Amino acid sequence: MHALVVEQLRKVYRSGFEALKGVDLTVEEGDFFALLGPNGAGKSTLIGIVTSLVNKTSGRVAVFGHDLDTEPEAVKASLGVVPQEFNFNLFLPVAEVVINQAGYFGIPRQEARERAEFYLRKLDLWGRRRSEMRLLSGGMKRRLMIARALVHRPRLLILDEPTAGVDIEIRRAMWDYLRELNAEGTTIILTTHYLEEAESLCRNIAMIDQGRIAAVAETQTLLAGLDTETFVLNLTAPLSAPPALPGFALTLLDATTLEAQLERGQSLNRLFAALGDAGIAVQSMRNKQNRLEQLFLEMVERGRGGTAARAA
Amino acid sequence: MSARPVPDLERWYRYWITFSTLLQKEVLRFSRIWVQTILPSAITTLLYFVIFGRLIGERIGPMDGFAYMDFIVPGLALMAVITNAYSNVVSSFYSSKFSRYVEELLVSPAPPWVILAGYVAGGAARGVTVGIVVMLVAMLFTDVSPHSWVVTFSVFVLTAVLFALGGFINAVFANSFDDISIVPTFVLAPLTYLGGVFYSIELLPELWQWVSLLNPVLYMVNAFRYGVLGTTDIPLVMAFVIIVAFIGALGAVSLRLLERGVGIKQ
Repeated sequence: MHALVVEQLRKVYRSGFEALKGVDLTVEEGDFFALLGPNGAGKSTLIGIVTSLVNKTSGRVAVFGHDLDTEPEAVKASLGVVPQEFNFNLFLPVAEVVINQAGYFGIPRQEARERAEFYLRKLDLWGRRRSEMRLLSGGMKRRLMIARALVHRPRLLILDEPTAGVDIEIRRAMWDYLRELNAEGTTIILTTHYLEEAESLCRNIAMIDQGRIAAVAETQTLLAGLDTETFVLNLTAPLSAPPALPGFALTLLDATTLEAQLERGQSLNRLFAALGDAGIAVQSMRNKQNRLEQLFLEMVERGRGGTAARAA
Repeated sequence: MSARPVPDLERWYRYWITFSTLLQKEVLRFSRIWVQTILPSAITTLLYFVIFGRLIGERIGPMDGFAYMDFIVPGLALMAVITNAYSNVVSSFYSSKFSRYVEELLVSPAPPWVILAGYVAGGAARGVTVGIVVMLVAMLFTDVSPHSWVVTFSVFVLTAVLFALGGFINAVFANSFDDISIVPTFVLAPLTYLGGVFYSIELLPELWQWVSLLNPVLYMVNAFRYGVLGTTDIPLVMAFVIIVAFIGALGAVSLRLLERGVGIKQ
């Protein structure tokens, strides 16, 4: 079953800015799906329309077979949303925020309290249940937004930049919890600027740019389509100039750091063999760029007809 | 034979829970800050009674056959109802817009009329609570006790609902905290003070009596005065019809604004 179907979705703001130019998108039930794109690409507008926070100009949205225009209550009951920006009453205690949200979804008070306790414990906020919102750290507020979005047990969870401004440790813990939710059957769509996040979590990815879907594919398929990959090699001994190895583009960043750009099909073994033949020993190696980030830049460049590359 | 539609009781139960959650939230909100929300009206009324009732009132003499202080009790109580019902909804809904936590409701399956009902009930609850407090203060200074409990309470509630709706519309269009004080200052206060709170319109020249009849607050004050004192400048039925008509009109406008997401959706 399709968790989300978006057809020919357009949004023109009152200013005349066309944020979405006929977006088509399908997300399957149980998927862990990433929506990627630069700032202003239309990600938040798309999520805003699906979650009823933004009015669409035209097009169709359906969630688990329910049309947003004709069955808005069924659509909203299936959705949980974690917005990009904090949207709390800062003077309410933490537990009350979650209990009230359950009430808005028609969950009786006693059950709402039990669910609030469950999710606040799960997200390590139970100890702060009586604190006012304004006294929480940024990371706690992010986790609270997840607890609030889950309290009615949605089948589709949409997260707009869920880990923005969250430290590494909490981010990893949030990832683990999202994986757990997905394994339990919750379909998850997230937007993120941490492309490592999408690469690590998501099975499928849609790239959106300038209000249009630039690509939709499995994460692994997209990654396999990378034309080049750049590695940074730390050498055991200093060099005065980059070695001339036929077939490899090498740049010396400093005396002991070499950058190697490999084309698709070139193997690392061949590079290491060539370096060994030249008497150069490698101590360690890392990917220079997040692979998804590189892919994204390539796709955007292709989508815009290579203008970015020419401009550079 | 087609199946008879079964009322969706579960859905209505959900609506009830949403409504009661909103009402409870609003009541808790104004109760927690009672020094800002309930006490000021009691103190203001106390001052009105001391100055207009005791000090000046004794020189004014009776009005419509009642001591001046007794005459102004219903108007003062209703003034408190109007101000508090209005300001509760305008400040609560505008804050939810400003801090964007109105989105908690917009993403929920609650239909717009339930959301509106919750906010209006919250505002009406504050209006009625403060009105009762003012009446209790009034009873310390006067021998007033309601002539008709039914009329007194129904005007209390209907007026609170009407001005809670007014506060909601103000909040929808407000773009700053300044905007939520403009209407109370430049519209609500003149309407209230010129609505026969402190005088009988029979004291006015004929032209101004006609002008006063255009003021909806006049009907509420007089209906309430009937409930408390048993006297009114306006026929009671006409007063109720006009109050209910205003509630219908403002309710329809509020609902339309909420359905379209004016001021809260892009």
